[in-house]
Amino acid sequence: MDPDVTAAPAAPPSLEVAGLAYAYPDGHQALFGVDLRIERGERVALLGPNGAGKTTLVLHLNGILTAGAGTVTVAGLPLGKRHLAEIRRKVGIVFQDPDDQLFMPTVREDVAFGPAAAGTRGPELEARVLKALGQVGMAAYADRPPHHLSFGQRRRVAVATVLAMEPEILVLDEPSSNLDPAARRELADILRSLDVTVLMVTHDLPYALELCPRALILSEGVIVADGPTGELLADQDLMSGHRLELPFGFDPKTAPRK
Amino acid sequence: MGAGPAHRLYRQGRSPVHVLPPHTKLTAVLCFVVVVVSTPREAIWAFAAYALLLASVAYAARVPPAFWLKRLLIEVPFVAFALLLPFVAEGGRTDVLGLSLSVDGLWGAWNVLAKATLGVAASVLLAATTELRDLLLGLRRLRLPPLLVQIASFMIRYGDVVTDEMRRMRVARESRGFRARGPRHWGVLAKSAGALFIRSYERGERVHLAMVSRGYTGTMPVIHEVTASRAQWTYALTLPLTALAVCLLGWTLT
Repeated sequence: MDPDVTAAPAAPPSLEVAGLAYAYPDGHQALFGVDLRIERGERVALLGPNGAGKTTLVLHLNGILTAGAGTVTVAGLPLGKRHLAEIRRKVGIVFQDPDDQLFMPTVREDVAFGPAAAGTRGPELEARVLKALGQVGMAAYADRPPHHLSFGQRRRVAVATVLAMEPEILVLDEPSSNLDPAARRELADILRSLDVTVLMVTHDLPYALELCPRALILSEGVIVADGPTGELLADQDLMSGHRLELPFGFDPKTAPRK
Repeated sequence: MGAGPAHRLYRQGRSPVHVLPPHTKLTAVLCFVVVVVSTPREAIWAFAAYALLLASVAYAARVPPAFWLKRLLIEVPFVAFALLLPFVAEGGRTDVLGLSLSVDGLWGAWNVLAKATLGVAASVLLAATTELRDLLLGLRRLRLPPLLVQIASFMIRYGDVVTDEMRRMRVARESRGFRARGPRHWGVLAKSAGALFIRSYERGERVHLAMVSRGYTGTMPVIHEVTASRAQWTYALTLPLTALAVCLLGWTLT
């Protein structure tokens, strides 16, 4: 995003992670001190090979996993027992498999789940649901059961379930996985149209380049690079050093930018 | 409310029975069944009256008789059991078409048959006029333990997902030349079932994660508050109350 569009400097960053380290109960250490800062309104890609700790990091952002060391701050609120409900409302995680995310009998109820759990009721709830579904172009499907939708539609509804909570930051785990090219482009258009901070976890490098001006590379539990997506992707040593490979025939230097 | 082929027992419509709040219908069916079961079996005319009552409900709900009767077939196994009774029961015997049958058994068979048929018929009518998720809302409204209602609603949501997973596993087995040809292959099927269980269990964990991420704290937020007016209650309870009158009459006359 252009620097002149970012919010007033007074606004705290959407997400600040400092010194985050985590080891699973079985002793396997996944994160070794992660530091990152995402300003309000930014769209940032978090790149990394399989097993780099991307999903582990995501589960820390709303307190599902609790860090062994380090802090997570969301819009100025430190993550902790006291603010957990508030943080979970502010950090909207869209999981990889929409069937995991959509657990209610109809699309409408699913989108309403988050705001209803936060206490919204009646016409206000209905308005939130319709607005969120409208943002992803799925308003006509409100009364359908999720399992009757196509995969791309389910992914869009999954985004809507999170948007209905009016999050500070949208965290997408592999948003382009299993999507056909048309569904992929539709989702990109939707993400671009949203006025919300986005952290997109992916190893779909062209998609990251298309959507995110800035990228971070997570490798073996630490952030090893942070910079403009185009520059990172063009750095061949950096890429091959962290098992990141561009698809055949894709050149980040000549790829069109939107 | 909903759209799409929700389940095969349901029949879309906007009849006066369809639009009744689900919990009133549930209560009505439950009371009706209790009344039917407590009717003395000798009052044969009472059961005819019950059948007539249900038929008029079906008429009001615009459920065609063929649709209704076909779904009664689920009862067949019980019918088979009832038909055995006259042959095996003790007591005085009577001759019917040259067969010696127990009188008590005949009454028993009639009792099971009549009451079960009426119960199933009432339930089929309920299912034909109420969508599954509305039934769940009704159950919750009737203060069924929320955990049970949640489990039932997840069964509806994930039934298809798990069936689909099962189908994919079968396709994968058969694509590699497997055909279940007898007890020797049961082990493979058992392992598939185990794998399916583990996959579903892991999905359960991921779903729980997604729920917690959106603020789940152990109770489902009430999104649709179903309410019923006094008129709707009265309308729904007409069925069991009329049945109760018939039942009391049955007790006094026999």
